[in-house]
Amino acid sequence: MRRKLYLLLGLLLVASMVLAACGSKSSSSSGATSGNAKTVTVTIGFTQSKTGKYNEESTRQSDGLDLWIKQVNDKGGIKLGDGTVVKFKTVSYDDESSGDKVQQLYTRLITQDKADFLISPYSSGLTASAAIISEQYGKIMMATGAASDSIFSKGYERVYQLYTPASHYLTGAVDLLKSLDPNVKKVAFVYENSKFSTAVVKAAKEYAAQQGYNVVMFEGYDKGTTDFGAFINKIQDSGAEAVMGGGHFQDGSTLARQLYEKKLDIKYLALLVAPPDPSFGDLGDAALGVVGPSQWEASANYSPESAKAAGLTWFGPTSADFVKAYKAAYNEDPDYHSAGGYAAGLVLQKAIEDAGSIDAAKVKAALDKMDILTFFGHIKFNTTDAHGLQIGHSMIYIQWQKKDGKLVKEVVWPKEGATAAPLYPLKH
Amino acid sequence: MSEKLRQHASLWLSLAVVLIIGLWPIATGDALDRETAFTVLSAIALASSLNILLGYTGYVSFGHVVFFGFGGYVGFYTINALGWSLWLALLAGGLSAGLLAYLLGVGILRLRGAYFALATIGINEAVRAFINNFRPFGGPTGMTLNFSVYKAYGGAMHALELVFYIMVALTLLVTLISYWVRTSKFGLGLLAIREDEDAAEVMGVVTPVAKNWAFVLSAIVPGMVGALYFFKNGTIEPGLAFPLHTSIEMIVMIMLGGQGTVLGPIVGAGGYEMLRDYLLVSPLFKNLQLAISGVLLLLIVLFIPRGLVGWLRQRYAKVRRWLI
Amino acid sequence: MIDALLRSLIDGLLLGFVYGIAAMGLTLIWGVMNVINLSHGSLIALGMFSVYYLFIGLGIHPYVALVLTAFIGLIFGIIIYFIAVHRVINAPELSTLLATYAVNMMILGVGTAVFTTTPRNIPLELGSIQFGSTVITTTRLIAALVATLVAVGLFLFLKYSRPGRYIRAVTDNRDAAEIVGVPSAQVLALTFGLGTLLAAISGGLIATFFPFTILAGESYELKSFVIGVLGGLGNPVGSLFGGLILGVIEGLVPMAMPTTWTPVLEFVLFVLILLVKPNGLFGGEE
Repeated sequence: MRRKLYLLLGLLLVASMVLAACGSKSSSSSGATSGNAKTVTVTIGFTQSKTGKYNEESTRQSDGLDLWIKQVNDKGGIKLGDGTVVKFKTVSYDDESSGDKVQQLYTRLITQDKADFLISPYSSGLTASAAIISEQYGKIMMATGAASDSIFSKGYERVYQLYTPASHYLTGAVDLLKSLDPNVKKVAFVYENSKFSTAVVKAAKEYAAQQGYNVVMFEGYDKGTTDFGAFINKIQDSGAEAVMGGGHFQDGSTLARQLYEKKLDIKYLALLVAPPDPSFGDLGDAALGVVGPSQWEASANYSPESAKAAGLTWFGPTSADFVKAYKAAYNEDPDYHSAGGYAAGLVLQKAIEDAGSIDAAKVKAALDKMDILTFFGHIKFNTTDAHGLQIGHSMIYIQWQKKDGKLVKEVVWPKEGATAAPLYPLKH
Repeated sequence: MSEKLRQHASLWLSLAVVLIIGLWPIATGDALDRETAFTVLSAIALASSLNILLGYTGYVSFGHVVFFGFGGYVGFYTINALGWSLWLALLAGGLSAGLLAYLLGVGILRLRGAYFALATIGINEAVRAFINNFRPFGGPTGMTLNFSVYKAYGGAMHALELVFYIMVALTLLVTLISYWVRTSKFGLGLLAIREDEDAAEVMGVVTPVAKNWAFVLSAIVPGMVGALYFFKNGTIEPGLAFPLHTSIEMIVMIMLGGQGTVLGPIVGAGGYEMLRDYLLVSPLFKNLQLAISGVLLLLIVLFIPRGLVGWLRQRYAKVRRWLI
Repeated sequence: MIDALLRSLIDGLLLGFVYGIAAMGLTLIWGVMNVINLSHGSLIALGMFSVYYLFIGLGIHPYVALVLTAFIGLIFGIIIYFIAVHRVINAPELSTLLATYAVNMMILGVGTAVFTTTPRNIPLELGSIQFGSTVITTTRLIAALVATLVAVGLFLFLKYSRPGRYIRAVTDNRDAAEIVGVPSAQVLALTFGLGTLLAAISGGLIATFFPFTILAGESYELKSFVIGVLGGLGNPVGSLFGGLILGVIEGLVPMAMPTTWTPVLEFVLFVLILLVKPNGLFGGEE
């Protein structure tokens, strides 16, 4: 009996090794001729956080990208100057929101799946890891859902950022607070210890100090923190009247919930990433009055007309068309992560059209020259000291308010784009 | 088989396995094969190192990844902040990990059995938490290399190849060390400690010194592997450098192949990594990879605690003479 | 400042009770059978999911679900004992460490496939209670009370019930207990079941106020190690005090320095106690 078991185990071991050794190696190559017009299928590779703490944001981001691919292919692809038709397909893996898988998977995307272009994972941390691989193998990567400035100070040549960089995320929230109540002076920053949020609050703290605010607390919490008790006690002890910070969706919404449960007496709360997500409304009263920076909202009024007024080229659908198509496809409202995913594809499409080729060097040249207005906003990349950094796009700020007893998201800043007056002070 | 060949058969066999894994991607010229071989080789290097402590000396370190992470951090820092070359960084990573092991060993090697295992877990967590707060190492957000660093090595593509050759060399080195320790007088003392520490002391083994050197030896190469791994990785963070589960995977690999033997950890690490690599991309098993590894581990612990090589040795008296 | 200290102290103590019973499960198993249960964390996480699904799926109130979860934990623990631990109970420590870790891998692997690692929340809103400037979240207050009840219950069980006396007899001397007719395999299985029950209850309680994933157990397992060593491995009552000490550390340390330094202190303390007083702060000399 026991001998049989040993034999079985031995066999299992050997079998697993054999299996692994001859592990399937599928290769997908692009290129197929049909009739007289050549059709090329371009592979776009990316990882998605199908599970893990970035699931919420990442899913919307890839939904946006998928919508773009579907639309382009349904229209028959892109027609290049020489008559070639370019169609797209995607290969993606689940990175589980964790940095130790990302590099392995991007290497696989490049070497095994032969991806021609890459889209970044969600979050600055994962993108920083992926960017190294894409750069090592000389691939172009469109970075969406990754706002950290520091990625673009590492000497990369082929990574392009869609989002307004982190250093501009909360400066507007400081301006908004100033316009609401000049008497508030004490601000606390409580933020996630991630690449992204650290970059945001460092810039915001400096800006707040310039604006005459007294930063009474400036402290980070570790990734994956679930208990904010100590931070809330410290905020209360510091006498802060306004709190800014947060990190990503999960920790941000937990922080908002615990601040509410603890009935903390503050007048203003601005958090990163979480508030613009439609699911933030599920927090109920804890969401009421919370302000958040957003890369894009459905009410954003970029149009071919405003492009003309600004002397820019307009490209792609209008916000209204995008929202309509997105709702039809996924039966929910898009948020800025969805729009960012779509825009990543759209900008790549524009670059391929401008280049008249899918050759990486030519597409790179086109991206370097890019200066357009889309439904997502103005897109232009730094080509000097911080290559690839977004310098065209700007932020807007939303707040959760009650309308006919229902929680709704309203744009409150900048004033020109506002859909409602800000709610102030926060009532916990 | 000539007598001399037979005498060192285990060494030749071990070196051959490592060389085949190292030459395979060079032969195919495929980047993905190279990446896979890199992972397998680093697992072999880590498992063989830990085997010196766990297999030969009988001290179960559950937090051995701390040396990989610490060496990785020190090496990364010397490249990133001090502008040292990769070679010096490897040296710095290995030495700092060895030094850390020496200092820790003086304290915790007094503990035996499960208490030692618990202490090593505690130390891994303490070091991780400390580096998370340590500003020069970038604190919680860690450090990222400037891409121009790779230019000194002929560009990123060449750097990747160089890193791979170094990995092959390190794995060969660790195999030699492992074989030397196993067959030396020093190693005999360690084996005596494993069987009965008090008796070993009576027999004249200076156990605190021997244990401590075993601990240091088991830490140096992981520190170098850490420095190399994070140079390739381009970025380092506390969460990437000190994953507790990697420590335990190292133990699983050793158990799979056979603790206390030279060939065991090599076979175990190779088998485990290839199995994992297969499960990771197979759509059916992708999510169950961890569970299947768990079942495998349990079966081994319950039914073949000596591992593959240990079982062969026990089962076939003939191989016992040369297979270690 | 005094106000802030008081608030932090109360927050810390309330959590301390819950951490305490988690550690009690770990240390009970260690004390009786000399096994460090490395599947403890994943069992805590399963307790969280049990309460979550009983509530979300079947609409059973979380506190009722907790009772069911405790029972499931007991059965599950006994099963784990017979599958994974019984065969190696007399083998060197490495075997039981790895056997329980193998169980841990299986739970996490299957759990990740089934539940994914997307964080969950139990939507239980019981509001807060205010005393002066101190606001206590109701769910945490209830959790501390439940934890105290469970601890007292365990104490009475070990002291007065027949199985409890058997457990103590096996703890003192397994061979002698077997000679006088104590069924040691059943007693060990029951102990493993009780340890799992405690893990499941603590997980269920934590899930009523913190978000969680199947991987969330690891940090509570590490806390349990620290508490177990503070209170003395193998001393379940000491664990409750160890839990309170850890709670106070987690409450008060952040008032003096950045919160992220707390784990550094905790683990350094952990290693030091292992070195200096391996029987815990309240334990006697070896």
